[in-house]
Amino acid sequence: MSKREKLIAAGVTAVLILMFAQAVFAQTGGISPSPATDTAARLAKLEQQAADAKSSADNAWMLTSAALVLLMTGPGLALFYSGLVRKKNVLGTMMQSFALMAVITVLWGLFSYSLAFGSGNPFIGYLHNVFLRGVGASPDPDYAATIPAQTFMVYQLMFAIITPGLIAGAFAERMKFSAMLVFMVLWSIIVYNPMAHMVWGKGGLLNASLGGRFPTLDFAGGTVVHVTSGVSALVCALYLGKRLGYPKQPMMPHSVVLSFIGACLLWVGWFGFNAGSALGAGSLATSAFVATHFAAAAAAVGWAAAEWIRVGKPSVLGGISGSVAGLVAITPAAGFVKPMPALLIGLVAGAFCYWMVAKVKAQFGYDDSLDAFGVHGAGGTLGALLTGVFAVSAVNPIFKDAQGNGLASGLIEGNPHQLLNQFVGVATAWALAIVGTLLILKLVDATIGLRVSEEEEVQGLDLSQHGEEGYYWETPA
Amino acid sequence: MTKVEAVIQNSKLDAVKTALQEIGVEGMTVLEVRGHGRQKGHTEVYRGREYSVDLIPKTKIEMVLADALVDKAVHAILGAARTGKIGDGKVFLSRIDEAIRIRNDERGEGAL
Repeated sequence: MSKREKLIAAGVTAVLILMFAQAVFAQTGGISPSPATDTAARLAKLEQQAADAKSSADNAWMLTSAALVLLMTGPGLALFYSGLVRKKNVLGTMMQSFALMAVITVLWGLFSYSLAFGSGNPFIGYLHNVFLRGVGASPDPDYAATIPAQTFMVYQLMFAIITPGLIAGAFAERMKFSAMLVFMVLWSIIVYNPMAHMVWGKGGLLNASLGGRFPTLDFAGGTVVHVTSGVSALVCALYLGKRLGYPKQPMMPHSVVLSFIGACLLWVGWFGFNAGSALGAGSLATSAFVATHFAAAAAAVGWAAAEWIRVGKPSVLGGISGSVAGLVAITPAAGFVKPMPALLIGLVAGAFCYWMVAKVKAQFGYDDSLDAFGVHGAGGTLGALLTGVFAVSAVNPIFKDAQGNGLASGLIEGNPHQLLNQFVGVATAWALAIVGTLLILKLVDATIGLRVSEEEEVQGLDLSQHGEEGYYWETPA
Repeated sequence: MTKVEAVIQNSKLDAVKTALQEIGVEGMTVLEVRGHGRQKGHTEVYRGREYSVDLIPKTKIEMVLADALVDKAVHAILGAARTGKIGDGKVFLSRIDEAIRIRNDERGEGAL
C-alpha cells in the first residue's frame, strides 16, 4: 500500500468512525437526555390509557343499562299493565307506555334534562343545558367522572320515561288519550324534574353526596320514581273516580300471560335500573345487582305465601306482582345494603304490598285499577324508610368526614338520624306528588276534560281513542 | 231432517267426533261456547279480588241429519260424551224444514 493509499484508507476510516459516532450519539441523545422526565411521561401515558380503559368499561355497562331501563317501559311495563286490563283496552294501555318513550324523550332533549340535572337552586335546575348544550363526550365529574355526560343524560332519560308510565296503572281504562298526554307532559315538568333535581341534582335539597340540606339516601329512585308516581297514582284514582261498573262488574285481567312476560322483563330490566345507578361497572354495581335480585325473589315468595295462606292458592299474578313489589322496595336501597337485609326488605315488601292491594284498597274502595299506588307508592315508601335502617358504609361509603373517612350510613350502623332524613325525603315526595298532581288534574279537567265519555268507556279505549282493535280474529281472507 | 245440537265437555270432542264418523255422519259444525246448566261455576282470585265465573267453556256440535241417522247419532253422542258426573252437557233435537246446497241449489236430504 502506497503512502497515498494509506492516507485515503485512514481518511475513510476516520469518516466512518465519525459517522458511526454521530449516529450513536444521535441515538442515545434521542432516547434519554434525562431519565427522570422519561419515566414521568411514560407514567402519564399509562395513566391515560388506564383511565381510557376504565371509561370504556364503565361506558359499556352504562349504555347497556340505559337500554335495559328502556326495556322496562316497552315492552316490560306495557305488557305488564295491558295484560291486567280488559281486552277492549289492551292497545290503549300499551300506547300509554309507548307514547311516553317518544314524548318524554323530546322534552328531555329540549329542556327537561337541564331542569333535573343542570346546576340551579336546591329545588330545580336552571336552563344552562337546554337543547343539551354542554352535554357531550366529556364527563360531568359531579355525576359520573368516567362516562361521557351524554351517556349519563340518556341513562337518566330512561328513568324520566318510565316514572310517569307507572301512574297510568291508576287511571287505566278510562282516561282520554289527549288528556293523558297533556297530564304526563305537565307532570314530568312539575313533579318529576324538581324531584329528580332535589335528590340527584347538583346542590339539590335532598342530595346525599352533592351538598343537600337533608341528605336522603335514594340509590336508584325510591322517592324520585316510585313514591312520586305511586302517590300521584292514588290522587289520579281518587280524582277520576271509578271505572263504570266498578266494583260490581267483573273486571278480570284479560291475559295474565302478557302480564307474566311483562313482569319478567321488568325484573331483567331492573338490573339496569339499580345496578346501572352505580354509574360505573365496579363492585358497587355488583352489590346493587345482587341486592336487587335477592329482594325480587324474596318478595315473590312473600306475596305468594301471603296469598296461599289467605286464599288457599298461590297465583301466578301474585308471584309476579310480588317480584315487582320487591324490586320497587329495593330500588332506593340497592347500592347501600348487603344481601341479607335485601332479602328481608323484599320479603316484607311482598307481604306488605299484598296487604295494601288485597285488603286496604277494598276497605277504602278507590279504583286504583292496576295497583300503581298499592305497589309503587306503598312499596316505594317502605323501601325508602328501610334504606335508612339497613344502609351500611361497607357497601357504599357515601357520608365522609372532613378527612375523607367513611361515616355511619343507616340505623343499624348507629346513625338513627338518617331515618329522619329518609322521612323528610319521603314526605317531600308525597307532598310534591299530591300538590302537583292535583293541580295538573284540575287544569286538564277544566280545559280538555280527563275522562272518556260513557259510550267510549263501554266501547273501550282501543276503538274509541285509537281506532284499532288488539284482537281482531275475523280477518278477511 | 233433524237438527242435532249437542253441548258437551271440551275434553270429549274427539271421542264424540270419532263415534259420529263411525256411524256415517259426514258433516258437522263445531263451536267453542260458554254457558252453564245446573253445574256451578268456579271462583277466580286476582290480587285478592274474587270473581265468580259461572259461564264455563263448553263445546257445541251442530249437525243436520237425515231422519234415519238421528237415533244412531244420539246414541253415539251419549255413549262417547258421558262421564256420569254433573256437567256432561245436553243434546237437543229439532225439525228442519229445508236444506239447500249453495253450490248447485240441491234441496232436501240430498243437500246434506
